[in-house]
Amino acid sequence: MSLKSWGGYPISKSIEFKFENNDSLKSIILEQESVIARGNGRSYGDSALSNNIINAKPHDHFISFNEEQGLLHVQSGVLLSDILNSFVPRGWFLKVTPGTKLITVGGAIASDVHGKNHHIAGCFSESVESFRLMLPDGQIVECSKLENTELFKASCGGMGLTGVILDATIQLKRINSQYINQTTIKTKNLKETFDTFEKYKSSEYSVAWIDCLATNDDIGKSLVMAGEFGNDGKLGYKSKKKLTIPFNFPSFSLNKWTVKIFNWLYYGKVKNTTSKQPVDIDSFFYPLDSIGDWNKIYGKNGFTQYQFILPMASSYDGLIEILQTISKSGKGSFLAVLKLYGKANDNYISFPMEGYSLALDFKIEKGLFDLLDELDQIVVKYKGRIYLAKDVRVSKAIFEQGYPNIDKFRELRKTYKMNDKFNSLQSKRVGI
Amino acid sequence: MSYVLILGAKSDIAKAVARKYAENGYDLYLVARNSNELEAFAQDITVRSQKAVKLIDLDILDYDSHQSFYDQLKEKPLGVISAIGYLGEQEKAQADFNEAKKIIDTNYTGIVSLFNIIANDFEKRKSGFIVGISSVAGDRGRKSNYLYGSAKAAFTAYLSGLRNRLYDAQVHVMTVKPGFVATKMTADMDLQEKLTAQPDEVAEDIYKAQQKNKNVLYTKWVWRWVMLIIRNTPEFQFKKMSI
Ligand SMILES: Cc1cc2nc3c(=O)[nH]c(=O)nc-3n(C[C@H](O)[C@H](O)[C@H](O)COP(=O)(O)OP(=O)(O)OC[C@H]3O[C@@H](n4cnc5c(N)ncnc54)[C@H](O)[C@@H]3O)c2cc1C
Repeated sequence: MSLKSWGGYPISKSIEFKFENNDSLKSIILEQESVIARGNGRSYGDSALSNNIINAKPHDHFISFNEEQGLLHVQSGVLLSDILNSFVPRGWFLKVTPGTKLITVGGAIASDVHGKNHHIAGCFSESVESFRLMLPDGQIVECSKLENTELFKASCGGMGLTGVILDATIQLKRINSQYINQTTIKTKNLKETFDTFEKYKSSEYSVAWIDCLATNDDIGKSLVMAGEFGNDGKLGYKSKKKLTIPFNFPSFSLNKWTVKIFNWLYYGKVKNTTSKQPVDIDSFFYPLDSIGDWNKIYGKNGFTQYQFILPMASSYDGLIEILQTISKSGKGSFLAVLKLYGKANDNYISFPMEGYSLALDFKIEKGLFDLLDELDQIVVKYKGRIYLAKDVRVSKAIFEQGYPNIDKFRELRKTYKMNDKFNSLQSKRVGI
Repeated sequence: MSYVLILGAKSDIAKAVARKYAENGYDLYLVARNSNELEAFAQDITVRSQKAVKLIDLDILDYDSHQSFYDQLKEKPLGVISAIGYLGEQEKAQADFNEAKKIIDTNYTGIVSLFNIIANDFEKRKSGFIVGISSVAGDRGRKSNYLYGSAKAAFTAYLSGLRNRLYDAQVHVMTVKPGFVATKMTADMDLQEKLTAQPDEVAEDIYKAQQKNKNVLYTKWVWRWVMLIIRNTPEFQFKKMSI
């Protein structure tokens, strides 16, 4: 079958394997030369693509819930949205959630995903009590921060390259409202944007939409959004109805539109420099999920997201240089999201580190990869790195420079013979 | 709220339907052969929805057991949904009557035996709903699966008659005609993506249509039109076709 992930590029010819139980999974792993696990295919690029795919999504049983401790045990194919449907009305939420709820628990662990509260709560692995992993020889091991810690640190953020995650116990957090009190702050330039992030550092959640086409003194002009869960006891959560985009849009440039949307928000909708309003969970955390297959608006050639992070010390200079380069290229981005991150964890190849991260969407078109290569050079110069969950084209050399623990990761892969068995198009490209 | 009885509970469609009803507040009787194989699934529903799930064994071909099966249900169900089905192998069934009989009895005779019992009770109580999952294959016989198709055609006719009979008792009967559904049963077939539904889409359709007392549900909805064309193709032409 032909298979693609969220960006719609590349399209790979793959054989898909499903498993009924651990025994059948073991035989697939033993029999096939090389495989990679796949969740809901919401990674943008080629992390979950290869000739042989193990589809973990149907593996979606809830196993148990410990009400006192908020510990939920689920199989790896369970979607975060399923967890919310069952547990928000009962006053529980995910400790860490990315900007889409349509991902599996396995995918959340494998990319060690993060969200708007990274500066306070860290990555998804912070909420993982333990998980079970099937190794290349079919053996099943329990991994946690106390048990098989090396495998735990390698698998959280390990992009499926250590084995297949079977099930996991995750810690939920208590909430007493399905509303978030959101403060929106308009900033005029990057300096103001940074200051605002610092000022709201103790807010549970924060993120900014940034105008990538702003020039000169306006560079870094943003809408910063900070928020905290409310406390009104309203938990009546029902997933929003989806709008759907039924077909691929013709490939025209989206720049004009995006700039217009941003400007409409910046100059029109958000009247004051600072404004406050309550927002529900879906609108606050998952604004894009309500537009069904919005990825199709980029046309059938697909798109990619370029997400990098720079260490705190070089964030300001690096971002200015990158924003200038993008603005000059005229290839502005539909969505550009800026965020201040908290401390890095000690998982081998997790993406986050303390500093600023920018994520930009680009339509795949001629000249794009040249621009991204140029951006790579700046990222590396400022000691930053690229997020594999979004990536589809980064080179081995650029990738390695950003991840100092990559050799440890490679060694562990060799020790367990994982490099013979678990490979994605991406892992081959970046040489891990 | 109270129980919905789901027959053929191991099928992928039944599982999706079970989750849908539990999510909407119903308790469940899940009925199948070797129903203990559904323990992990029952646990899944309990954790997701905090609803009661009871597993009950039943062999749809063991007609003599049907009355006692129904009698033992202490709390009678609000409604029943049958997802029982056996596709069988058309070519084998042409050569071996045992296979043909198994197709007919599983898809038709067995369900009639059980539905009669349930229908009589619902009629007496003047409440309840009955959902039968039939198939578009019953809309017109084709060489590739007419044994399965003819059993489903009989079941469709049965449901239509039952709907008519129970109308006065305010018991609603719904006929579901799925087209292609991506399930274990069709795992080896090469299905056209645009015409193929996922089990949870089918479940969503069934739940919504049942709540609205729809009579006949095609799912995906395009199948209503696909089958309209197939049914109206003249026989002299149809008999030459390979579809
Ligand atoms: C709209 C949108 C917003 C997003 N926002 C964020 C965000 O805010 N923060 C963030 O961190 N990410 C974000 N992402 C990225 C997304 O969270 C990750 O790519 C996530 O890993 C996708 O999970 P999935 O279940 O779809 O997995 P897939 O895309 O199918 O797979 C992703 C990786 O996980 C591995 N994997 C999947 N299941 C298993 C398993 N059972 N065992 C072992 N390995 C497995 C795969 O091999 C692959 O390497 C966003 C994506 C989208 C589309």
